[in-house]
Amino acid sequence: MTQAEIKLCSLLLQEHFGEIVEKIGVHLIRTGSQPLRVIAHDTGTSLDQVKKALCVLIQHNLVIYQVHKRGVVEYEAQCSRVLHMLRYPRYIYTAKTLYSDTGELIVEELLLNGKMTMSAVVKKVADRLTETMEDGKTMDYAEVSNTFVRLADTHFVQRCPFVPATENSDPGPPPPAPTLVINEKDMYLVPKLSLIGKGKRRRSSDEDATGEPKAKRPKHIADNKEPIPDDGIYWQANLDRFHQHFRDQGIVSAVANRMDQIFRSLPVGYNISKQVLDQYLTLLADDPLEFVGKSGDSGGGMYVINLHKALGSLATATLESVVQERFGSRCARIFRLVLQKKHLEQKQVEDFAMIPAKEAKDMLYKMLSENFISLQEIPKTPDHAPSRTFYLYTVNILSAARMLLHRCYKSIANLIERRQFETKENKRLLEKSQRVEAIIASMQATGAEEAQLQEIEEMITAPERQQLETLKRNVNKLDASEIQVDETIFLLESYIESTMKRQ
Amino acid sequence: MPVFLIGSLNTQAPSTMASRGGGRGRGRGQLTFNMEAVGIGKGDALPPPTLQPSPLFPPLEFRPVPLPSGEEGEYVLALKQELRGAMRQLPYFIRPAVPKRDVERYSDKYQMSGPMDNAIDWNPDWRRLPRELKIRVRKLQKERTTILLPKRPPKTTEDKEETIQKLETLEKKEEEVTSEEDEEKEEEEEKEEEEEEEYDEEEHEEETDYIMSYFDNGEDFGGDSDDNMDEAIY
Repeated sequence: MTQAEIKLCSLLLQEHFGEIVEKIGVHLIRTGSQPLRVIAHDTGTSLDQVKKALCVLIQHNLVIYQVHKRGVVEYEAQCSRVLHMLRYPRYIYTAKTLYSDTGELIVEELLLNGKMTMSAVVKKVADRLTETMEDGKTMDYAEVSNTFVRLADTHFVQRCPFVPATENSDPGPPPPAPTLVINEKDMYLVPKLSLIGKGKRRRSSDEDATGEPKAKRPKHIADNKEPIPDDGIYWQANLDRFHQHFRDQGIVSAVANRMDQIFRSLPVGYNISKQVLDQYLTLLADDPLEFVGKSGDSGGGMYVINLHKALGSLATATLESVVQERFGSRCARIFRLVLQKKHLEQKQVEDFAMIPAKEAKDMLYKMLSENFISLQEIPKTPDHAPSRTFYLYTVNILSAARMLLHRCYKSIANLIERRQFETKENKRLLEKSQRVEAIIASMQATGAEEAQLQEIEEMITAPERQQLETLKRNVNKLDASEIQVDETIFLLESYIESTMKRQ
Repeated sequence: MPVFLIGSLNTQAPSTMASRGGGRGRGRGQLTFNMEAVGIGKGDALPPPTLQPSPLFPPLEFRPVPLPSGEEGEYVLALKQELRGAMRQLPYFIRPAVPKRDVERYSDKYQMSGPMDNAIDWNPDWRRLPRELKIRVRKLQKERTTILLPKRPPKTTEDKEETIQKLETLEKKEEEVTSEEDEEKEEEEEKEEEEEEEYDEEEHEEETDYIMSYFDNGEDFGGDSDDNMDEAIY
């Protein structure tokens, strides 16, 4: 875990769960596996606070526990899982594109709550959807259930490990912590539930549907008393499956971009004859991108998608793009050149790129100093004498990718900090604006006149309004940038992971 | 960014690069590789050595590429901001205890600042968690607020009479409590505790004559219903 990653985890935990959870979480990320009391002691936090924090972290699959000898329970943080919190909006949006609003809300609820039973999810989502529907219409539980089942079938949601039913023959004291298990085959097994009902709207009056006074906190709902049909069966979002989807998407769009250029020079028609299809596939296979490879001639030719090469190409394209945007197109030309020729001497770079020596030197050093390019020594003589050694510029894609990934983590941390700073600077104004909006909203509800509303609105002066506009613009820009950088992070991580697996 | 210091060819300037191997003491400016090979000819002017860290916001040579805009981008952005707001409202967001204010305020009695008894605001499935994570709460019979574990400092907002009464009942309870803690936890007791932990709002409220939820000091005016807000939350 690099410092940059830890810093980013800290920001994410703090933003989503508050300082206390952040303190405990970061401590575990730094120190590894630890028992409860040591955590409390080392962080100087009260035992109760640590317990609360651990409950939250475990609930959200960010920390796991293990029982060691002599009954000591140790807690361990899952750092990469913490970093995935960056991607929550993307997971939810993907669910929306695949399974529309219902799917979107199911995944959102699962991510916000860490894990839930199917019945709880269905009920919650039905309620939420009903809120958005026209008066009088409600969302049926059955429809939500169906979408849930589809998500399970396609592995986008999966069951959490569960407490195995023990045979009660063991009379000893209960273990300090249960051991959770799950079978491959059970992971996507949907329990047979007959969830009947419809979503309920939140009424604006003081009573909710069950007739109890709204005074009671919504978390302790009356259905605590009803037996839950799928008690103990919890579900979580399967992030790996989403990652698979992103990867496929990335490759498809890269190929599509490529094919676009080729398609333009070929006849257009939906009835693609076998011959033409053959041509296309050959084109793809011969394409220097090497996404598709031919792995035999059976059945007229077997084509295979070379995942690793595809990821490598995407990573390389990312690197090229960064060089271009940071150093300019001439630098990018040199970079691509070295990439293509694998190893080049200083002189060769100048010649091939047709860039004057002084400039070429400058550009090479810039890239070298930022580790996009590296120098490789090839000695001519066994004594490695400098005057008799080749010094070649080369691009080591794996290490460049790692370097860039590290920079991305830093970038996002900077973006988040800047956003928090901007928000904090304008805190007073923001609060004032929210108060005014709330007052206006309630006045509108009780039917106030236009003149009165105007008066309230004027509580915010014109320069203040300007300030708020600027703030909103900046925060939006920072947020959008975060999302963008995370896409790059995903690409680079995928490539690095794929490369490490092959070694 | 670490700047690649090559050092100067002038033997007058000190070498900024530590010589490896046999370079030490044999004269300054010795480098382990042939300068010409990397393209620095003899006698070329080199950039001056850097004596300070690079500026915080160096001038950008190239403008950054504009961010993607469009329906998808807008939607994901709004989603991100909504999620941020939503997470802060969920019970998983643990706020540190509000520091005691200098003066007792009347409205303090009416403000709910988190769960009364230091327990959790939501119901995890305790069957899945290590037992040690459960925060033990001893619930008193009726009229008093929860009994706090002996170590916890007493609340300053209570007045003297209450304190004395409380201390008396505390004493009685303490004896019960300590003896209970010594016993082995049997299943029935655990079940009982689980039931006890079900938090009954009416009983645990501070000493006020009014139903807490009816009091509204205007601070969270319209702060509810974050679920379907159209506006972004900062």
